[in-house]
Amino acid sequence: MSTETTATGIGPVEGSGAHEGSYGVDNPAPFIEPPRKRTKKTPRSTRGNFEMYGWLFMRLSGIVLVVLVLGHLLIQLVLDGGVSKVGFAFVAGRWASPWWQVWDLAMLWLAMLHGANGLRTIINDYAESVKSRLWLKGLLYTATVWTIVLGTLVIFTFDPNIR
Amino acid sequence: MPAGTLYRGREGMWSWVAHRVTGVLIFFFLFVHVLDTALVRVSPEAYDKVVSTYKTPVVAVLEYGLVAAILFHALNGLRVIAVDFWSKGPRYQKQMLWTVVGVWLVLMLGAIYPVLGHAARVVFGS
Ligand code: HEM
Ligand code: HEM
Repeated sequence: MSTETTATGIGPVEGSGAHEGSYGVDNPAPFIEPPRKRTKKTPRSTRGNFEMYGWLFMRLSGIVLVVLVLGHLLIQLVLDGGVSKVGFAFVAGRWASPWWQVWDLAMLWLAMLHGANGLRTIINDYAESVKSRLWLKGLLYTATVWTIVLGTLVIFTFDPNIR
Repeated sequence: MPAGTLYRGREGMWSWVAHRVTGVLIFFFLFVHVLDTALVRVSPEAYDKVVSTYKTPVVAVLEYGLVAAILFHALNGLRVIAVDFWSKGPRYQKQMLWTVVGVWLVLMLGAIYPVLGHAARVVFGS
């Protein structure tokens, strides 16, 4: 249990400037060479960049969601008496404005895709058999598509004079 | 625990665990939330009836928990982005985590009255 000093099991890391002692318990992320660097033997990538785009999407959607979701929570739970004002009439008032329709639509799509992609990663991490991965992902994708379609329809077909 | 590990059992690992758990919780909430909102297409009464459960004291406590999860996930998500894209990010990951925890605590204190106030009035009278 001597984790407070730099561990002995760890040697210098190539390209990390390790001679300066630039990594240790406080900075456990030394520079790492690109794992699939192209060489003469493998001049071209043999696979697409799907995972990289997924990784990028998590970060870009995350930044946008900070504004959308925290703004939504502020409106629903804090301003104007908090949650006690929420009801059919309140929703009708909000969705009368295209601004809040677009806000909710963007929040729906981004949060669902961000969350679904995150869950896909988690399934890949923990579900070990091919069969259980297939089932869990099938369930996840079905539920995600259903929820996005339902939420989108609800925004666009909302009728304040339903009766 | 294996000796000399830089990540396991330390701040980096625990913040990742918390990020994962909060992400899953928010995702499951969102499923239910889109379903309850869809009741506006059924009838105003059906919607108002379900929303009235959101206003009970017990659910108010759950809402406070949801706010806690989202605030942590959002703030720590920004930290993860900084670690990945800011050249000094990895070096300051620990300081950034404690900043996240500090900001989270302040916001959670600030959320007590707005989120739990009406529940307290229901329970204790006003
Ligand atoms: C307990 C806290 C929350 C309350 C009281 C609440 C309330 C509402 C209300 C009243 C609406 C109807 C439209 C509107 O007024 O904008 C709505 C829609 C929506 N909310 Fe929330 N919300 C909460 C938390 C969240 C969170 C945490 C998320 C995201 C993760 C979220 C995502 C959405 C989405 C995507 C819609 C649009 C639904 C649809 O397309 O049918 N909400 N919410
Ligand atoms: C509020 C703004 C948000 C920010 C800044 C944010 C940021 C992030 C980032 C950067 C990641 C990637 C972490 C990694 O690659 O290690 C991530 C993962 C994840 N997020 Fe979010 N997120 C936000 C909102 C949400 C919402 C609303 C949901 C649910 C619908 C969600 C669910 C998830 C899940 C399930 C993961 C996967 C966790 C894992 O792989 O361990 N996030 N988030």
